[in-house]
Amino acid sequence: MKMKTRMLAATALAGLMSGAATGAQAADLTLCWAAWDPANALIELSRDFEEQSGHRMSFEFVPWPNFADRMLNELNSGGQLCDLMIGDSQWIGLAAESGHYVQLNEFFDAEGISMDAFIPATVEGYSEWPKGTPNYWALPAFADVVGWTYRRDWFERPELQAEFREAYGRDLDVPETLAELKDIAEFFQGREIDGRTVYGAAIYTERGSEGITMGVTNVLYNYGFTYGSPDNPYDLEGYVNSPGAVEGLEFYKELYECCTPPGSSDWYMSETIDAFRSGQVALQMNFAFIWPGVDQDANVGGDRSGYFPNPAGPAGHLAQLGGQGISVVSYSQNREAALEYIKWFAQPEVQQRWWELGGFSALSAVVEADGFAESQPYAQTFLDSMAIVQDFWAEPTYAELLLSMQNRVHRYVVAGEGTAQEALDALVRDWTEVFEDDGKM
Amino acid sequence: MSVTAIDRIAKATPPRVARKIHGLSDRTIAWIFIGPTIVLLLAVNIFPLLWTIYLSFTNFRANRPNADVEWVGLQNYQRILSNPEIWQTMQATAHFLFWTLFFQVLIGFALAWLINAKFRGSNFWTTVIVLPMMLSPAVVGNFWTFLYQPQIGVFNYVVGFFTGADPSGFSMIGDVRLAPWAIIIVDTWMWTPFVMLICLAGLRSIPDSIYEAAECDRASKWRQFWTLTVPMIMPFLMLAVLFRGIENFKMFDLVVQLTGGGPGSVTELTSINLKREAFEKWRTGFASAYAVILFVTVFGLASIYVKALNRVKQR
Amino acid sequence: MSSFSVTEPSRRLKWIAGLLVVGYALVTLMPLMWIIATGFKSSSDSIAYPPKVVFEPTLEGYVNLFTVQNRASPEQLAANPPETWYEQIVHDKGMMISGPSRFGERFMNSVIIGFGSTFLSVFLGTLAAYGFSRYRVPLKDDLLFFILSTRMMPPIAVAIPIFLMFRATGLSDTHAGMILLYTAVNLSLAVWLLKGFIDEIPREYEEAALIDGYTRFQAFYKVVLPQAATGIASTAIFCLIFAWNEYAFAVLLTSGTAQTAPPFIPTIIGSSGRDWPAVSAGATLFLLPVIVFTILLRKHLLRGITFGAVRK
Repeated sequence: MKMKTRMLAATALAGLMSGAATGAQAADLTLCWAAWDPANALIELSRDFEEQSGHRMSFEFVPWPNFADRMLNELNSGGQLCDLMIGDSQWIGLAAESGHYVQLNEFFDAEGISMDAFIPATVEGYSEWPKGTPNYWALPAFADVVGWTYRRDWFERPELQAEFREAYGRDLDVPETLAELKDIAEFFQGREIDGRTVYGAAIYTERGSEGITMGVTNVLYNYGFTYGSPDNPYDLEGYVNSPGAVEGLEFYKELYECCTPPGSSDWYMSETIDAFRSGQVALQMNFAFIWPGVDQDANVGGDRSGYFPNPAGPAGHLAQLGGQGISVVSYSQNREAALEYIKWFAQPEVQQRWWELGGFSALSAVVEADGFAESQPYAQTFLDSMAIVQDFWAEPTYAELLLSMQNRVHRYVVAGEGTAQEALDALVRDWTEVFEDDGKM
Repeated sequence: MSVTAIDRIAKATPPRVARKIHGLSDRTIAWIFIGPTIVLLLAVNIFPLLWTIYLSFTNFRANRPNADVEWVGLQNYQRILSNPEIWQTMQATAHFLFWTLFFQVLIGFALAWLINAKFRGSNFWTTVIVLPMMLSPAVVGNFWTFLYQPQIGVFNYVVGFFTGADPSGFSMIGDVRLAPWAIIIVDTWMWTPFVMLICLAGLRSIPDSIYEAAECDRASKWRQFWTLTVPMIMPFLMLAVLFRGIENFKMFDLVVQLTGGGPGSVTELTSINLKREAFEKWRTGFASAYAVILFVTVFGLASIYVKALNRVKQR
Repeated sequence: MSSFSVTEPSRRLKWIAGLLVVGYALVTLMPLMWIIATGFKSSSDSIAYPPKVVFEPTLEGYVNLFTVQNRASPEQLAANPPETWYEQIVHDKGMMISGPSRFGERFMNSVIIGFGSTFLSVFLGTLAAYGFSRYRVPLKDDLLFFILSTRMMPPIAVAIPIFLMFRATGLSDTHAGMILLYTAVNLSLAVWLLKGFIDEIPREYEEAALIDGYTRFQAFYKVVLPQAATGIASTAIFCLIFAWNEYAFAVLLTSGTAQTAPPFIPTIIGSSGRDWPAVSAGATLFLLPVIVFTILLRKHLLRGITFGAVRK
């Protein structure tokens, strides 16, 4: 016990002096991220860094439904588990204002890393706080956006095409609008294909973390929902619960009720992939990160699947931004080595290899290079999708804003409580309270 | 009692030994034994409790260490007690409590009564039945989400096999009407053995001679059951209800893994709701007030109940 | 036919009772059996519809549980032929092992924190129980009730200030912190149970020892401790099971270094969605020790779960 206390005292002391870096010694760096395909690709990519720098890398990957919860808890407890954090885009406000992340401006200037070299939407989404100011807290690491995957082989069956044309008066093809998407989902729902019952679409409905919000917003944006008025971001009434927003939320509920697999009441990224890969559904809503995996899948890979950006709605054409930047945690005792990693990661060759391994690079030089759009079957869809992104709140109070939305939207869409108007009115009340408590209103 | 023992020792102890013992007074020795425990509990239980009470009057947020902490008086309490959603979670908790206790007492008592027939192998099967309650609720609860899945889960398939319902036609966790029962089923599965064990102890504590006397009075078995067995076992049942009641009022791990509070918020028990406020929204002050309200509720209800229990025991 | 007894149930009643109880036991075991069985299924068998009762067993789930795997191209696979049986299993799926998973670490954390806190709480608990049992302690009943009441608070509520305390002292996500916390939570159980056991040891033994010239402390560890050995052992197992199963504190106060298995197992995922065989494999390994302990404990079970209130 005495040993332990002494050790504790030592760690506490070391924590106090964390400003004093350890210099060029080899360090054990821990990188924290979500547990998903891109993370495995990053392990692969980072081997080069280990060789070049002599530092050892360990990884702490947490599945999405627990990711925000656990990592924010880690940051809020001042933990030293993570030296590098690939934290979700919406945490940036909190992490910047509470001092969890190291501000990177000086480092970028010193190393000649320019944010102009990255896709502008990702710089704004993943790095800046306050938004629209040149204060950088992360380097865009993984560009991501919600899009759709469909069963091209089913779409191309002549008998299905004929039947669809008869029923809907147009060809069975990639949908241009959300209404068309619903038609297609309805068409496939409950249909027998190759002796199995299949369903229309797998969509996000998860309650616990952020799932249903990340799904619903794709529809809301395109039906006229905005987070605030153009001149005051905190002016919610009439924007969050505008008639268009109400219609959009109703649409999502209709889609959930008419055209999704039974029991899909708590689905997020991994459940929707499962449903698609096992041949249960014709359409899948999901973040772009899954596309490399789908393309290589033994059951649905190659020509059997296709990709399209989130379809337009009556009032707009946007898609929910995903993706993350990589930051240095300010409680880390390996700050120098962690910065070294970011410097290494920002190099164009590394970014190019990142894309080849299945990581969605946000470096303009990579995605604008000749032949990029043809380099993978989903590359063009990725570019088109990244051009229409919109993110959720990145305020320091993001967790509260998100939890309110999860609650209100899940209650209406999945639990069937009340009307869409009531749900969004309640959301305005919740959000108003959060902003009032935070002194923003 | 210990006084007499010590007095006796003192009188019988030779002076040399007595001096040795009296080097430390009894009180000192007692504190050496008890002290460490009390100190640890003060540090890890009482101090935090006082801190919680203090925080409950502030707007402190653990995730905003740089923000100013303001004294807000009773505002947090006022907000909690006037919040309809928190009342909904209280209702969900009450529903969960009532039905789990109901089923567990019913099935647990029936099982104990059957086991008390002392058939061959009854000891072995008792141990088998007890297994679920010793297991990690989080791990088991998580696995139940798999059993409950409409397409691939074995639960729906078994229900479908016996009732003819379509196994993919209903979703225990996804349906607003079924989800509250989904958590009740798993909790009952896990904790019925607890009630059973206590009832069994109760049944075994009833002396045979009482029944023999009743038999002489020609009381029917039915009458014996209601006039002898039930009153004799009542204190045991009430004790079981007390333990299960407190445990299920605190319920977190099992349900959070099973439904996470959903769909919507129909299975959001108070502990889950409190966790959201405290560790997801990080409204620490507000959550502290919430925690204090829960303490008061649980202590209040438990002490009223214990009084009733003692009255039943004395009868 | 032996002597007639009114309280001895008839043979027919015994049969019916036996059948009903065995039936219940079998139903209640089904989920456990399903966990064990799923651990040996292939991932496609695990999500087959209708659920498969008969299947070809494989160790894929266990291999997935202990390794991290990467999807590999055919060229990579050809260049790295499998050398062991487990590499073969992974290879057949078109994947390659890129390292060990975190499960081993998390399991060890459970062992360290479980045993550490058990040792401490039984150590302190035995002292306190002896003190309460043998000495006149002022406010004894109040203190005992206070010790018990600490167990009545919802863990989430307790976790709020503990989180802040751990953050301030650097105990967050450390083994020492979790051991301390579990010790505090288990102490109430340990004190109440052990007091019961020690109360049952006749005082006369110690009195005789004292007369023989033993000091108080000698009497305690030479006379009382050996007598209480069974009680201490079963108390220890109860404390261990609590620490082993605990979830709420673990999920809130640990993130990586000191995370135990219960918060970790539910987050095991595969390369495509939930890998139920791996989850079940982890659950099986995690639950087995408890099943063994339960069988060992069966005589003291009742006492343990009622804090010594019911003693059979």
